[in-house]
Amino acid sequence: MTKVLDVSGLKTHFFTRAGVVKAVDGVDFSVSKGEIMGLVGESGSGKSITGFSVLGLIDPPGRIVDGSIKFNGQELANAGEEQFQRLRGNRISMIFQDPMMTLNPVLRVDTQMIEAILAHENVTRQAAWERSRDALGLVGIPSPEERLRAYPHQLSGGMRQRVAIATAFLNQPDLIIADEPTTALDVTIQAQIIYEAQQLTKRTGTAMVWITHDLAVVAGLVDRISVMYAGRIVEQGGIDDVIDRPRHPYTVGLLGSVPTANRRGKRLFQIEGMTPNVLDMPKGCAFGPRCHARTEACREEPAIEDVDGRRLRCFNPQRQAEVVS
Amino acid sequence: MTDMTAATPATPDAAKVETPFQRFRSEFFESRVATFALATFGVIVLLAVLAPWITPQNPYDLAQVDVMDGRLAPGSEAFAGYTMWLGSDGAGRDLYSAILYGLRISLAVGLASGVIALLVGTVIGLVAAYAGGRIEAIIMRIVDLQLSFPASLVALMLVAALGKGVDKIILALVVAQWAYYARTVRGTALVERGKEYVEAAQCLGISKARIVFRHILPNCMAPLIVVGTVQTASAISLEATLSFLGVGLPQTEPSLGVLIANGFEYMLSGRYWISVFPGLALLFTVVSINLVGDHLRDVLNPRMRK
Amino acid sequence: MTVFVIRRLLQAILVVFLMSVIVFFGVNVVGDPVHMLVNPEADQSEIAATIERLGLDRPIWEQYLLFLKGAVQGDLGNSFIFGEPALQLILQHMPATMELAFTALTLAIVIGIPLGLYAGLYPDNAISKGIMAGSIVGFSLPTFWVGLMLIMLFAVELGWVPATGRGDLGSFLGIQSSLFTADGLSHIFLPALNLALLKISLAIRLTRAGVREAMGQDYVKYARAKGLKTRRIIFVHVMKNIMIPVVTVMGLEFGSLIGFSVVTETIFAWPGMGKLLIDAILQLDRPIVVAYLMIIVMFFVLINLLVDILYSILDPRVRLQDQGA
Repeated sequence: MTKVLDVSGLKTHFFTRAGVVKAVDGVDFSVSKGEIMGLVGESGSGKSITGFSVLGLIDPPGRIVDGSIKFNGQELANAGEEQFQRLRGNRISMIFQDPMMTLNPVLRVDTQMIEAILAHENVTRQAAWERSRDALGLVGIPSPEERLRAYPHQLSGGMRQRVAIATAFLNQPDLIIADEPTTALDVTIQAQIIYEAQQLTKRTGTAMVWITHDLAVVAGLVDRISVMYAGRIVEQGGIDDVIDRPRHPYTVGLLGSVPTANRRGKRLFQIEGMTPNVLDMPKGCAFGPRCHARTEACREEPAIEDVDGRRLRCFNPQRQAEVVS
Repeated sequence: MTDMTAATPATPDAAKVETPFQRFRSEFFESRVATFALATFGVIVLLAVLAPWITPQNPYDLAQVDVMDGRLAPGSEAFAGYTMWLGSDGAGRDLYSAILYGLRISLAVGLASGVIALLVGTVIGLVAAYAGGRIEAIIMRIVDLQLSFPASLVALMLVAALGKGVDKIILALVVAQWAYYARTVRGTALVERGKEYVEAAQCLGISKARIVFRHILPNCMAPLIVVGTVQTASAISLEATLSFLGVGLPQTEPSLGVLIANGFEYMLSGRYWISVFPGLALLFTVVSINLVGDHLRDVLNPRMRK
Repeated sequence: MTVFVIRRLLQAILVVFLMSVIVFFGVNVVGDPVHMLVNPEADQSEIAATIERLGLDRPIWEQYLLFLKGAVQGDLGNSFIFGEPALQLILQHMPATMELAFTALTLAIVIGIPLGLYAGLYPDNAISKGIMAGSIVGFSLPTFWVGLMLIMLFAVELGWVPATGRGDLGSFLGIQSSLFTADGLSHIFLPALNLALLKISLAIRLTRAGVREAMGQDYVKYARAKGLKTRRIIFVHVMKNIMIPVVTVMGLEFGSLIGFSVVTETIFAWPGMGKLLIDAILQLDRPIVVAYLMIIVMFFVLINLLVDILYSILDPRVRLQDQGA
């Protein structure tokens, strides 16, 4: 499989008054054609910043300080705004978390979809309009002609996110970055949206990075998963390996804290403590202070290594049995 | 200025031992423009206070004024022997002296009406916040009604009815401006009342008065300081405007506005200095206060904090 | 909707009524009514006749009713100086004031919005800082002094435009205005600029604040993620969002322009209502003062009423709020 996106050693830091925030601090991952990769972590783990870095949407005081972002072999880590403008919405699309906030409230849906086509292709308005209509039909929107004439506030939340997804697919991109696209939606709508997204990627062969904090959402969707903690990837591998046999204590904790039917009546697992202060990271393993399996070794910083068919950043890999305890 | 410690709520941040006041001070002086403006205003106040000792002439002591010195250009020598660096006005008064004495009057009127309006407005705003219900609704209706008219028009109407004089113009300025303070206090009170801690305090049975004075009033301090600086500048400017129009202070209380009005008739004949120099003094005063106020708004507004 | 309009209308009438009470008591009770309402140059028999006619010997509430009765019929007394009905005089001077205020408002929008847009887009560069410093100065400058400086520079020193007065009137579509002749335009330029200065500053600040807020919104990030050109993001996505509030506020400022025109008209000897008022105050022509007061109150109440109704049509939430209060 060809790698559509290959990120290695990515560091995106924010230079604030209070100090340097290392939001992304050495992240490696890659996505191949037709593959969906889940990027999972708590809020503040740097997963969204990773997504924005790929699109060059990091605004001052933030900037990419190190690493490489290869998109179809093209280096983006130091690309200029013009190069990004040609790629964005064209070869790489993005779906945002809250469609209420991302669709411009004073512009009609058709304006916002057609402009995405006209920004990259020299076609007539009519052709662009027809393509927008067909795209809406593809994501399961009934009577798309009518919806095109609507303003965003006249659509439901699920409908707006479908518009955003349709817009993302308009120019048949090679890569889509979806930043918590279902978080703001009802559970039933979530399932539908995930289904639509999955179908579209399979049909078009588009690669996708699905950013979320919700392991349950990605379990049935993604092919591979990267778990982020405090700006770094702590565990990365095939979805079955990571979900069924997690080895990092943090992943174990995340999975243990999801309520499921077969663990009814048992106490849910809790990860103690809070996410570390971004300005004042603990020495050694960033997860160390909250980890139930920490040892003396954790005072040093663990490197990411190949363990049991996955990448793992831990001195004390867990066994499967411990998930249930 | 020490009130500022109460104005900026302390954030429990173990990493920093800076007090809120220290942080306020360092953030304020970070802006060179604001520092310079504050220094300028300080110099202006000092000049006004020291006027009797640093001017060659008391422009309102008739024994010291010589009509023969009238309308002299800047740099001319007065009959009494000193140099009139800024020239003289139609009556032979040294403009430098007249401006410093005028500054005293302008600043006194502006500050007095600013402080009184602040007190009146704050009390009314707190009464509205404390009483709530119908009384609050009525007070705020009146505030809204008054704010729908420009302050300058309200003041103009009042002096038209009241007549000239220092007391009357201060009254007019206070009436024209109290509503801005009342609205600020009430706005803050609304925000604070909506917060959980006030609800919690109410549930604990803490008295309304205590909530208003211990919680709402301290939170109003920051916005009140900002509104206060801007409104004081506007009061000074408004007094000058009314005096210029001939409906403010009388000739016996020659503020900067009166001086500018006196020079108006000479301006078209090229004797620009009689109007321009008092105008510049007014300009520096008002602009320096506004620059300070503008920066205070940025520093004291928690939303603007990085 | 109809209920809302009717209630607002009743409130407006109440306000005008209250103001008439204040005006009446201000003129008739605070001062000496004979001294206030009778021409100081009148002889004994004239004074007696006026007291008789105005009913100054009757109880105060009866006097008020008489005043009200006259006011409702449009009779606010005769000017001492001109001997004509005060109301008629004010109405005669109104077009000149309206023309000045309208020109000033147009200048404020045409000059202020582009400058504010620039300052909002590049908040940290030197030109923007210059614009903002200029707007603070513009805010602080006393209007009357700026007027003097404008006269000195453009009329006395450079001699480009006349210093005072209103120029020739031209007629266009049945409207008489000095805006339609070259002479008229040369006369209106300085006073309009003078009157506009404060509102230019206001427009700069409003636009800048709006742009800065909009630029931080997700919809701008989304528009960038679609690969749109910066120009389109600014002029379509951002401007469309901020123009509605900015223009609304500027429109509301029309009333305040009429108020401020008192100063400008006095300096530039512009024959409008404001100049008439100041002359009346200085010459103790009290019926004019009273008439101006009543007219301006009605004018402001009318503007506020129109704005309230307009808002409730545009934004259904306003109506709900009103019912909640």
